[in-house]
Amino acid sequence: MAERIISMYEAIAEAIAQEMERDPRVFVMGEDVGFYGGIFGATTGLWKKFGDERVRDTPISEMGFVGAAVGAALEGMRPIVEVMFVDFTGACFDQILNHMSKIQYMSGGQLKVPVVLMTAIGGGYNDAAQHSQCLYGLFAHLPGLKIVIPSTPYDAKGLMIQAIRDDNPVMYFFHKGLMGLPWMTIIEATWAPVPEEPYTIPFGVADIKREGKDVTVVAVAMMVHRALEAAQKLEKEGISVEVIDLRTLVPLDREAIINSVKKTHRLLVVDEDYLSYGMSGEIVAIVAENALEYLDAPPKRLAVPDVPIPYSNTLEDFVIPSADRIAEAIKELVS
Amino acid sequence: MPVEREKLVELYRTMLKIRLFEERVAEIYWEGKSPVFNIAADPIPGEMHLYIGEEAVATGVCAHLRPDDMVAGTHRSHGHYIAKGGDLKKLMAELFGKKTGLCQGKGGHMHLFDAGLHFGCGGIIGAGIPHAVGAALAFKMQGKDNVAVSFIGDGAANIGAFHESLNLAAIWKLPVVIVVEDNLYAISVPKSKSTAVKSNAERAAAYGIPGVLVDGMDVMAVYEAAGEAIARARRGEGPSLIECLCYRYRGHFEGDPQLYKPEGEEEEWRKKDPIPNFRAKLIREGILTEEEANKIQEEVAALVAEAEKFARESPWPEPEEALKHVFL
Amino acid sequence: MRKLTFAQALNEALRQEMRRDPTIYVAGEDVGKYGGIFGVTAGLLEEFGEERVRDTPITESAIIGSAVGAAAAGLRPVVEIMFIDFIGVALDQLFNQAAKMKYMFGGKAKLPIVVRTTCGAGMCAAAQHSQSLEAWFMHIPGLKVVAPSTPYDAKGLLISSIRDDNPVFFIEHKMLYGLEGDVPEEPYTIPLGVADIKREGKDVTVVATMAMVHKALEAADELAKEGIEVEVVDPRTLSPLDKETIINSVKKTHRLVVVHEAVKQAGPGAEIAAMVAEEAFDYLDAPIKRVAAPFTPVPFSPVLESAYIPSKDNIISAVREVLGK
Repeated sequence: MAERIISMYEAIAEAIAQEMERDPRVFVMGEDVGFYGGIFGATTGLWKKFGDERVRDTPISEMGFVGAAVGAALEGMRPIVEVMFVDFTGACFDQILNHMSKIQYMSGGQLKVPVVLMTAIGGGYNDAAQHSQCLYGLFAHLPGLKIVIPSTPYDAKGLMIQAIRDDNPVMYFFHKGLMGLPWMTIIEATWAPVPEEPYTIPFGVADIKREGKDVTVVAVAMMVHRALEAAQKLEKEGISVEVIDLRTLVPLDREAIINSVKKTHRLLVVDEDYLSYGMSGEIVAIVAENALEYLDAPPKRLAVPDVPIPYSNTLEDFVIPSADRIAEAIKELVS
Repeated sequence: MPVEREKLVELYRTMLKIRLFEERVAEIYWEGKSPVFNIAADPIPGEMHLYIGEEAVATGVCAHLRPDDMVAGTHRSHGHYIAKGGDLKKLMAELFGKKTGLCQGKGGHMHLFDAGLHFGCGGIIGAGIPHAVGAALAFKMQGKDNVAVSFIGDGAANIGAFHESLNLAAIWKLPVVIVVEDNLYAISVPKSKSTAVKSNAERAAAYGIPGVLVDGMDVMAVYEAAGEAIARARRGEGPSLIECLCYRYRGHFEGDPQLYKPEGEEEEWRKKDPIPNFRAKLIREGILTEEEANKIQEEVAALVAEAEKFARESPWPEPEEALKHVFL
Repeated sequence: MRKLTFAQALNEALRQEMRRDPTIYVAGEDVGKYGGIFGVTAGLLEEFGEERVRDTPITESAIIGSAVGAAAAGLRPVVEIMFIDFIGVALDQLFNQAAKMKYMFGGKAKLPIVVRTTCGAGMCAAAQHSQSLEAWFMHIPGLKVVAPSTPYDAKGLLISSIRDDNPVFFIEHKMLYGLEGDVPEEPYTIPLGVADIKREGKDVTVVATMAMVHKALEAADELAKEGIEVEVVDPRTLSPLDKETIINSVKKTHRLVVVHEAVKQAGPGAEIAAMVAEEAFDYLDAPIKRVAAPFTPVPFSPVLESAYIPSKDNIISAVREVLGK
């Protein structure tokens, strides 16, 4: 039988629908998640299937409804709450920072807060400084949250089901450019085979998206695909690149990173988040602490060079790492 | 409707429990903090926000609640917790930072959680309001007739979460009651300088829900207003806002010199003190005799002493415990 | 020289700058009559009046948001957020408005805002009043992040921050407020982006921030008795970071330990370690070590809190480790 090919947004919506059927405690709320199906399609079809009570359109009040998700979780529900863009988390940050992530700890383990907060990340479509950020590096610095960032429809479904079943708060970041939306630039990888039955992918297990022996490239989300593109190009030049997709930042699969570096002796971290004080720094630091003696060259980072995301095409293309620049950075490492 | 004798006595006992507990906490708190004030000094380390003077509010509201109703408190929540039926021993031990505390020493006085009593509170102003709204949403979706109550201070009514939560609760018609404890000050800033309307009860109109202003020094006034709002919520008729005008006798925290309070203000409010006044009323109306009232006082004092003994004698947590409970 | 506490030094900086420049105003919760919860704005209301020293309602988002508007219109606001932990209710105004406005306006707007706040554990204030969140502000392009460790630095850096035309996030570790030190009476500035070598040494570079500078110095004293010479570098401003001073120190010592009170994962130390691994790889003789808080919220109980905060002993062990001793 031919494998079924679906988009990432369909994979996410299917995961949620299957979990909502299995578990009556699961419900969805957020801005335009109902009739509209979510601005990026992550809740497509849910409202029609489950109705107003379990698929709730909210007013524009992130602090209110993210806080309400925390409260509902404390009373035994398993809310999935969508914050339309990660850029909008500034309007509800306190609920994430001081409550969602901490209540379990502060209560000495008495209470659990099984919320899935899903939100859109990434640029590349001229949405500028307040609608193109990644910011997962901030949340990975905050104890108490699990951080999930899928790069393929298959991973998106398995990780979403895992997230919903996890008893801890989970932040689930989907990249707008990977959702497979018809109004975005289509890239092939956004449509891929996804099994119909529910399945889970454990957190904290990186996926080697391509094996190689000369350089380790660590990435998440869109940068996984750009790294793969670069790897393909470099193959012709005889450079063998290993691409590691972390998939979750918390828990972080340190072992996968370190083992790969021990094999390739070279490390490039590619990130669509800001360069400084983010995920890329953490990964390089882990290697500098644990595998320094295996490195044959200084580790390298390629990320957004500490500027807000600009609007104009030429400017935006300049700051977000491209396959060409990734290839250049790899070449520098192996030269 | 007349209130049963038992209930009246219970109201008195609860207010007294809060008062005596906190008066003792204040004494213990200062044990290690004079002559030099070091906030981290034992036996009770950290910040300390006391509720003394406001007991009628928590008591009058929580008297209508069941153990499985939800309460979201504030940074000043000993009173809410005790009124909800909280365990004095575990509460005191938590204040001491002991292993036997409510949260095993992880939470402390501002962050009290009791899963069994559906109680939580925290140190961020206004943050508990959406939690109560969410709990109310859960009750509604689960088909339960439970109610969630969010206590806040008058200062919290100026923060975004207050307005977002009231709107959300109103459009979804959720069983939640917001109780504003207007104690005149947000730390040092008087309400007259922080709030454009005279009473926060007026703000309810902006969300299309009932709002009432009551005398927060009169436990019966609170009891009645809360009874109505909570019954309304249980009937599925949606949220309400109650503002209780009251007074905090002590500083915002222990150590606050309170220079912002005008002279004589406290004396005026002391005349309205909810506890002696209610005691006198119960005696006057023949609900309690002098002896019975004294006996209640002794019983409550004994409970507080027992809680203190428990806390003092309890062991410290193992340092490694600091690493537990981040994830399940 | 005259001694002032850290809090007094900050107070003097505010007072002197407000006298110099009438466009400066102070706003925040309890900054007026109360003089700030930690006393940093004491006496300013009496000298400058209610127009320039504004008590606000509990409304952090509006405190920072209105500062953005006021700064864009020509004032120089210095606003106080009582605890860094409260920034969650105002983060949009800081991250999406203050930090990005100048950039989004193609460089045409200047936004001279100082947001002062307190961080740090040590007074049993638990999970929502003890955090060290500086890494977040360092991760956001468009904000300068200042983090002094001494009264002298506090005064000079605050004056520089007020005179800077960019938004500055100024972090004061609450356990340092009572610390006394030499502070000149006249106004002076310390440039943002210049680290200070608090102690010279040749064996190991320890980069430490805020309260940890003092623990690193204590550790250095102790290690000196064994003949281990530790160089303690205090970045003072975390953004912009004085990479050069750090790298030059590592080139000299060939070993690096980074110490901070924020949690380790994706914290300030990750960036500093990564930067050194990238730019001074060939000079490193040992793996880099980070000493930081564990990946948990700040617990309340004194026993748990002291287990949480990085200690002098943790620093000593890390130094020994990178020396292989």
